Parts: sequence; structure tokens; C-alpha cells
Amino acid sequence: MTMKKIFVAASLVLSVAAAAFAAEPTKAAAPGAAPAATAPAAPGAPAAATAPAPNAAAAVATPAPAAPAPAKRELKANKTITIGMFAIIIGITMGVVVWAAKQTKTASDFYAAGGGITGTQNGWAIAGDYMSAASFLGISGLISLYGYDGFMYSVGWLVAYITVLLIVAEPCRNAGKYTLGDILSFRTSPKPVRAFAAISTVAVSTFYLTAQMVGAGKLMALLIGISYKTSIIGVGVLMVGYVVFGGMVATTWVQIIKAGLLMSGAFLLSFLVMLKAGFNPIGFFSTIVASPDIQDHVSKLVLKDGVILSGIDAGQRFLEPGLYLKNPLDQISLGMALVLGTAGMPHILMRFFTVPTAQAARKSVIIAMFIIGGFYVLTTLLGFGAAIHLTPQGITQVDPGGNMATLMLAQQMGADIAPIIGDLFLAFLCAVAFATILAVVSGLVLAASAAIAHDIYVNVIKDGHADQHEQVFAARTTSFVVGACGIVIGLAAEKQNVAHLVALAFAVAASGNLPVVVLSLFWRKFNTAGVICGLLVGTIASIGLVMVSPNMTYPKVVAAGAKKVVAAMEKKQAALPAGQALGEKDAKALAKAKVDALKDGTSMMGLEKPLFTLKNPGIISIPLGFLAAILGALAFPNRRSEEMFDEVYVRQNTGLGMAKAVEH
Amino acid sequence: MTKGAGRRHHNSELTKKGVTTMAERQYDWKAIAKNPKFVELHHKKTAFLFGWWIFSCVYYFLLPIGAAYTPGIFKVKMIGVINFGYIFALSQFFVSWGIALYYSHVANKDFDRLTRELIDELHL
Repeated sequence: MTMKKIFVAASLVLSVAAAAFAAEPTKAAAPGAAPAATAPAAPGAPAAATAPAPNAAAAVATPAPAAPAPAKRELKANKTITIGMFAIIIGITMGVVVWAAKQTKTASDFYAAGGGITGTQNGWAIAGDYMSAASFLGISGLISLYGYDGFMYSVGWLVAYITVLLIVAEPCRNAGKYTLGDILSFRTSPKPVRAFAAISTVAVSTFYLTAQMVGAGKLMALLIGISYKTSIIGVGVLMVGYVVFGGMVATTWVQIIKAGLLMSGAFLLSFLVMLKAGFNPIGFFSTIVASPDIQDHVSKLVLKDGVILSGIDAGQRFLEPGLYLKNPLDQISLGMALVLGTAGMPHILMRFFTVPTAQAARKSVIIAMFIIGGFYVLTTLLGFGAAIHLTPQGITQVDPGGNMATLMLAQQMGADIAPIIGDLFLAFLCAVAFATILAVVSGLVLAASAAIAHDIYVNVIKDGHADQHEQVFAARTTSFVVGACGIVIGLAAEKQNVAHLVALAFAVAASGNLPVVVLSLFWRKFNTAGVICGLLVGTIASIGLVMVSPNMTYPKVVAAGAKKVVAAMEKKQAALPAGQALGEKDAKALAKAKVDALKDGTSMMGLEKPLFTLKNPGIISIPLGFLAAILGALAFPNRRSEEMFDEVYVRQNTGLGMAKAVEH
Repeated sequence: MTKGAGRRHHNSELTKKGVTTMAERQYDWKAIAKNPKFVELHHKKTAFLFGWWIFSCVYYFLLPIGAAYTPGIFKVKMIGVINFGYIFALSQFFVSWGIALYYSHVANKDFDRLTRELIDELHL
């Protein structure tokens, strides 16, 4: 097996590169820790000078006694235990890869685990594929800082599975084989359709993968203090290893293990939170409303909108909508992208080819829905629990976005039992976050490689004439290249704002992929022209709208905002008694604003301000995608496509003549 | 490669590995599509799937729309400090699970049975 040797050698090279980067973590770790350590005493002081009287009293009163001890709040994971847990996860998953590699002999094994995954296993794997670190850490963080809105945000991620369950899962299992291209090319001209389907798959996967890789790098740097570069390369090497050697079998089991770990962690932590609340949900919510820290936090949040709230009213406001999600159209647009996009995500679609029958595909979605939904319900407890026990103020000191809330909560809940349990629990959750990243990125790499190797190489370039050995070789090579590209993009995008890329991935999947999948399966007149128009217009519209949306940086808008800050700060300074300077935080903000105020020029697209005011393009791009697909098909009718509809329709409903995933 | 159950099946990959006879079998797709059993299956499925899909979408979008445009209703306290908005958001999970379980029940009972009957009839 010379091929295997080549991969072993290549992986070694990557590992050595990782080790080389690892040699310089000390420099890189320091700046990472710095932002968390900025003096937290400042906010109390200016509040006394400017804010209205009732708030000022509360604001000064609360931080004062708390100030000395947790002044420099930081999340400190016990390095030995954490690295030990990471090693266990790497060890177990590597064992899985070795075992999986032995079973991966044909293309069907590589892309679809030979169709030998059961419905229950696939359900766990879908959950593992879907729930990213953003779900795990981000949503509970949002809830801990903004209450109700964080919970409302999580709902769409589950409701999305109704579309998957009712519309795509079973037909795709019956009519497809390995990729999106397989489904779409059934009654169309295979070559152009496969090529476009592959491009769209690679685009969606790349956007999602970039966001995941950058998130992974930053998270690992924060959790165990290794540098961003080391984290990216470490995660990248493991991801490439899983996919190249173990293909779908290894990816599936990594996802199942991750989902199991994630659910255990969430369940255990929720149990501890509810234990503290005496298993009384009503009392739990009353504690939130009555917490002076949450009341104070909410008062400050609504003050930005010119609303004055205090005491119990402010606490109650935490359980009401509108603290975070302020643009309803944007929410509806994101909701559309989730509800339709999840069903068009190539890495999710691909999971349905791993089960033997439509019944198993159905069962797997239902199981996944219970796991994912259950997780989001538990997340509420974690988010609100973090708000009660750590206070929003404490959480933002560690990370302004609240991403560390769950981890901090784990440490505190554990430490309340015994300090070592706090360390263990924190390390365990760090390991869960690590496993989460690995599972999601592996699924993405596999989906992108399948599109390139199976659709472009085997079916477009080689006309479908490639033997099993060549197909598997192509799949492995492509996975290696895709993974390596993922690492390079991750390294290059360190300083970029990638938060909008996840929403973009869902928007492209919803506007490009989903319309053509649904029309292929359910509309007689659909054809090649329809697929190509739909994919092109949906994808370009989503990307184009994001390029001119508020997601981009507009120097003039930044400058205008900064000028306001400068004016406010100077006013505040003037109000101070003579000889007294601004607080450290305010002084920093003023210095930064003064620099920003000088910014001039245009965005990447040469715009002074956004042309499209929503951050999520779905509300426009999804109808455009559907419209283009329908008009394209009507403009270029094709008799063969129409005649073959009966075949597609009977197949997708009955599973007759199903491409047997088991071919050996 | 899922193409035509017989048309493109004689390529190297499949013949070498040997496919189960199921996949090589020729079907008269047009006739099956007109089979009364299939028509019944198709009608039942379409009504059920799209009907419940639209219901779930409407129910879901009531959440962001309601939160934005009728915040007053969302603020009404129902149980202690727990308000309608919270219960409505939580109900989304139970409604989704409910639809999933109901679909699974109907599919196992009706759709799968019709499909089996259709296949049995074809294999006579």
C-alpha cells in the first residue's frame, strides 16, 4: 500500500510543522490573556458621575464589596488535567480511525460507511455533526447576557429539522448515493449539474469550515493557552487524519462520541444548576428576576435605548424579548435561512446516505431532533444558571461575548463541591468543546471532498469510469488537500471577522441548494437549466447581499460612531473635577475612538454605507433562488427530464431500485 | 451512478463488485406511477408532509414576529415570573417533537404499509 505510506508521510510533515509552531506558544499566550485582565473597577466610577441617581446608587453599591477578590477574573483551566482529557479524546478517536481504516475499502465505504450505520447511530451522528461550539458555548453565553433573546435564537436550529424530516431525508436516501450532485443529476445533464452542485457544496462547506476553524483556534488558545497557529494546525491535522484514513466510518463515530460527551456534560451541569435551585423551576426564574446583578446589568442594557428600568422590573425584563435581537426582519431572515438551509447543508444531506433504508433515515432525524432539542432546552438552564451564579458582569469580564459562560459555570459548580472537582469538570467541558470542533470540521471536510472527488473527478473528468481503488485514492487525496486548505484558510483568517460566515453558509444552502433539491424531487418540469439557474442565482444572491450588508466594515460608519464616542468622553472629562482623569477603561476607549474617527474610505465593495440593511440575506435570496430555478426550467423545457420524473418520483417515494450502498 | 436501474449499470465498478439483483431489475416506472396504490400513497404523503411542514413554519415564525410586534403579549406572566413568551418559545420544542413523533407514527402505520403493499403487488 504505497498510497497509505504517502499519507502517513504527509501527516507526519504536518505534525512536525505543528510542533514547530508549538515551540513559540509563550509569546502568543500572553496577549491572549491580556484583554480579560483589564481593570473591572472602572465602570462603577463614571456611572456615579453621569448616570441618573437611582441607578448610580445600585451601580456603586454592588461592585464595591466584590471588587477586591475577583477583580481580575479569568478562566483558568488546570493544564495537566485538561491536556490529559484532550489526550484521552485524541487516543479514543485515533483508535476509532485505525479500526475504521481497516473497513474502508470502496468508495461506498469512504463516503457512506457502506450504508451500514443504523438509524440510532446516525441520529447521534447528525446531532454531533450539527451542534457546533457556537451552539455549545455561544447560545448559553447569549442567554447568560441577554436572557430571553438567547433562548429564542436557539429555537430555529431545532425547527429546521422539521424540513429535513418531512421534505428531504427520506427522498434523498432513496434517490441519492453519496452527494448533492447525485440527487440533482438524476434526470438532468450530469456533467454541468454535478460541476455546479460541487461548486456550491464547496462554497457552503468553505464558509462554514472557515468560521469553525477560526473559532477553534481562538477557543483552544483561550482554553489551554496554546497559540492560535498551534491550535489550528493541531485541529487541522486531527481532522485530516480522521477523514483521510477513516472516511465516513471514522467521521461518524467521532460525531457520535462527541454528541455523547456533549449531552453528558450538558446534562450533568444542568443537574447541578437545578440542584442548587432545589429542582423548582418557578423558584429558579424568581431568582433570576430578583438578582441585583442581573437587574443592574439589564438597567445598563436598556439605558442604551433610552429606557430607564430598575429593581424587579429590570430583572423581569431579562425574561422578555428585545435585549439582543433588535431587528425583527433580520430575525425572520435568519429563521428562513435556518429552516430551509439546514436541509440544504451538504454535510447533513450526506449523513442520510449512510443508513440502509428510508425508515432508518426517518428514525435518525427523529432521534437527532430529540438530542438537539433536548440540548437547547438544557442550554437555557446553563445560560440562566450562569447569569445567576456568575453574574453577567463576571461573565463579560472573561469574554465580552459571553462565550466562556458555560465553562465558568462548570468550574464554579464543581468547585462548590470540591476545588478539584471544579478543575475536573472544567477540563471535561474543555475536552467536550474540543471534540465538538473536531466532529464538525471533519464532517465538513468529508462533504467538500466528496463533491470534488466523486462529482468532479470521477463523474465529470473520468465519466464515471474509475475503479474502486482509484475512487478511494481520489477521495483520500482530495480530503487531504481540502483539509490542508482548511488549515491554510484558518491561519490566514485569524484577524478577519468570520462571525457572519455561518449565517452565510446557511443562506447559500437555503437559497442555492434547497430550492433545486426540492424541485428536483417534486416538480415534473424541473431540468438542467433550472438546476443551474437556481444554484447560481441563489448562491450569488446570498454572497452578493452579504458583501453589501452591515456585516462588512464601513470606515466612514466606524468613524461617525467613533466621533460620537469622542464627544461623549470629552464631555465626561469636562464634567470631572479639575485634576481628575478619566478611568482607565474610558481613557482607552477615548484613545481608540480618536484613532477610529480619522478613518476614511470605503468598504471592500467600494461602498460608504451598507446598501442592504439586513445582516441575513435569506429573506431576499431564498425567493430569488426559487424564482430563478423555476424560471430557468420553464425557459428551457426538456422532454427527457419530464419523462424521467415518474422514475424519480417512484424511486424517492418507494425506494425501488435504490442505489445499494453495499456493493461488495 | 444512481442513473437508470439498467441503463448504465454495466460499467466496470458495478459488474466487478456484483450488485444485488434488486438494483439491476428493470422497472416500468410509468406504470408504477399510475398504479392506484402508488397514487394513493402519493396523495396521502403530499397532503401530510406539506400540510405539517407549513403548519410548523407558521408556528415557528409566530415567535420572532410576535416577539417583535406584540411584545405586550409576550410579557404577560403565566406561572410566577414565567411569562407567555417563555412558554411559547418552550412550546416550539414540544410542537416540533410532537410533529416528528406523529409523522413517525403515520409513516410507520400508513405510508410504509402502502409502500409494502405496492411492492408486493409489483413482484407478483
